[in-house]
Amino acid sequence: MSRPRRPQPARRGRRAMREISVKVPLLARVEGEGALALKVRDGVIETLQLRIFEPPRLFEKLLEGRSFEEVPDIVARICGICPVAYQMSACHAIEGILGLAPGPWVRRMRRLFYCGEWIESHSLHIHLLAAPDFLGYPNALEMAKAHPEIMRRGLALQGLGNDLIGLLGGRSVHPVGARIGGFYHAPEEAPVRALRERLEAATEDAKALVSWVASLPLPSTEQVFECVSLRHADEYPMNEGRIVSDQGLDLAPADFEAEFEERQASYSTALHCLHRGKPYLVGPLARLNLNFDRLPPSVAEHARASGIAFPSYNPFHSIMARAVEVHCAIVEAAALLDRYEVPAQPFAVPSPRPGVGFGCTEAPRGILWHRYELDSGGRVLRARIVPPTSQNQARIEEDLRTELAALGADSTDEALRLRAEAVIRNYDPCISCATHFLNLEVART
Amino acid sequence: MARLRVSVHKFSSCDGCQLALLNRVEEVMRLADRVAFVHFAELGYVNPDAPVDVAFVEGSVSTPEEVMRIRELRKNARTLVTIGACATAGGIQALRNLQADGRAWVAALYPSPEHVSLLGTSHAISRYVAVDLELWGCPVDSRQVFSAIQALALGVMPINPRDSVCMACKREGNVCVLVAHGAPCMGPVTRSGCGALCPRFGRACYACYGPSEQVNGLALTQRLASLGLDPDAIARRFLSINNAAGPFTEAGLRARASQ
Repeated sequence: MSRPRRPQPARRGRRAMREISVKVPLLARVEGEGALALKVRDGVIETLQLRIFEPPRLFEKLLEGRSFEEVPDIVARICGICPVAYQMSACHAIEGILGLAPGPWVRRMRRLFYCGEWIESHSLHIHLLAAPDFLGYPNALEMAKAHPEIMRRGLALQGLGNDLIGLLGGRSVHPVGARIGGFYHAPEEAPVRALRERLEAATEDAKALVSWVASLPLPSTEQVFECVSLRHADEYPMNEGRIVSDQGLDLAPADFEAEFEERQASYSTALHCLHRGKPYLVGPLARLNLNFDRLPPSVAEHARASGIAFPSYNPFHSIMARAVEVHCAIVEAAALLDRYEVPAQPFAVPSPRPGVGFGCTEAPRGILWHRYELDSGGRVLRARIVPPTSQNQARIEEDLRTELAALGADSTDEALRLRAEAVIRNYDPCISCATHFLNLEVART
Repeated sequence: MARLRVSVHKFSSCDGCQLALLNRVEEVMRLADRVAFVHFAELGYVNPDAPVDVAFVEGSVSTPEEVMRIRELRKNARTLVTIGACATAGGIQALRNLQADGRAWVAALYPSPEHVSLLGTSHAISRYVAVDLELWGCPVDSRQVFSAIQALALGVMPINPRDSVCMACKREGNVCVLVAHGAPCMGPVTRSGCGALCPRFGRACYACYGPSEQVNGLALTQRLASLGLDPDAIARRFLSINNAAGPFTEAGLRARASQ
């Protein structure tokens, strides 16, 4: 949106060129730390940079020389909020190299593990990070005073997600249960039954959550962007699928590098990943836009009845997509536990062999792509990891440019800051995940 | 009684230790009459330079900016508590300290490494400033953090157990995975606090809680060798999440040198 430009000689010296630069940690209620720098000239945004200050921890290098068996425990440490996603992408990539097929029990339990992480991460984001924006509170504790029941429900859902991860992983942050080939330990029947009952009860909470989020005063806007996610033949995508987009993209995870490339911006430690040179969206909104027809029928029906239609190109509907996915994950988790049986052995036994493998799974924040090269002893020769936040970063900047221009770039610093924070939080950027990697030959422009 | 003024700060880390609080927000709310959060960005409190009674620090020091920030933070905090393996021992990212040139890894991953302000090393907070209490673990457990807050609110230093995972296994009645299954368990040299999760799941402890008191690295190295681990595999057991903790660095480098 462009605004009429009129010469304002009397004010020119004072405010024609206004530089707004807000330092760390501008971004309260995001994971990790970042800041936004804007240059505004004559009421028009001249430059906008989302600066991520998160120090890279160089995981791709420290993985070199480690045994394939160590990889799931190491990559979990990239992100405390979505360690399951890192473990799953790594397991799939490495099992591809080893030619290991862990079978239906492991497949179901991995999906359950992932349901736990979506429920935990999405519930945390909705209640502790995002909702205070839309209801006008500085933080979740203040919001809890005015809306104690809503907060209690949200925290109970978050706790349920953590307990599902704990069932298979022992703990929800950096769980210890996952291994190449499956799990170290199969849960006994008693805790499974107890969780199955809690999931049953939580289904109503999840429906109420969806209705409540739909009632929030979410700003209305419509933007143009490409959505990218996994798509599976008959499931809502988590661990498996092809990489697709609403603009016709359809490729195997192994071909990711042919379509997507990463570039380094001088102002940020997170690389920007682009699809054929352009920004794109990953995460709950992209997933739901591309996979609404894969939701369990009861979840799709309730989402439709709530009044927000998908596909949606309003980025503020990301919070709605998260709520729908919490509902989906609870229904799926309950179904997965319905058929639970303790297996003879909860893993397939791996043996090393050399090769290159790819894994792409749906982390709470979007597709998380891994590539590993192993030697004949099963040691990592090279690793490459593309997390969701680096994929969304260019899209976040594009969204900020659109929304801040619509708000009016000559708005007060405070108004710009509040709107910018709300826009950024839609993406739930997990800035800690913005580790980084990248091949030296990638061209910069 | 005045409320305890508490802050939570993030350095180079994964955010996982802050989840010790963020996964227990109902309990955080119950602390409200005794504890006031002054700075905790992820929970929405932004006031990084305010003086506090207790500052909890997550993450290691790995940039020039973090060196300055931890020094300022120390001046503002009456008691400084590190939470987790990164803040307490430098984290897994301290593996670059063992390279001849830690910055070489930046150059290998970034096309323009000059734009990445990163030290060649990742160090524990205690390398730069005095630390009053160190809570180990990757991640720390909620119980550790809440007990510490409660004790400090009462004006006493928290109990910080240093016994080994072996002791926890005995208390829990776990079957010893090292003796019974020949698993390369790090429990004998690893601090308790996790609830002996890995042995409980039938897997070998991988030392995410750091060194216990009285680490006998040589004895465990010999035991691991007798199980068939080669020197590099033994070195990797020590040089992992808490690679920069003194007794682990020493045992790991000794194993590596014996190849």
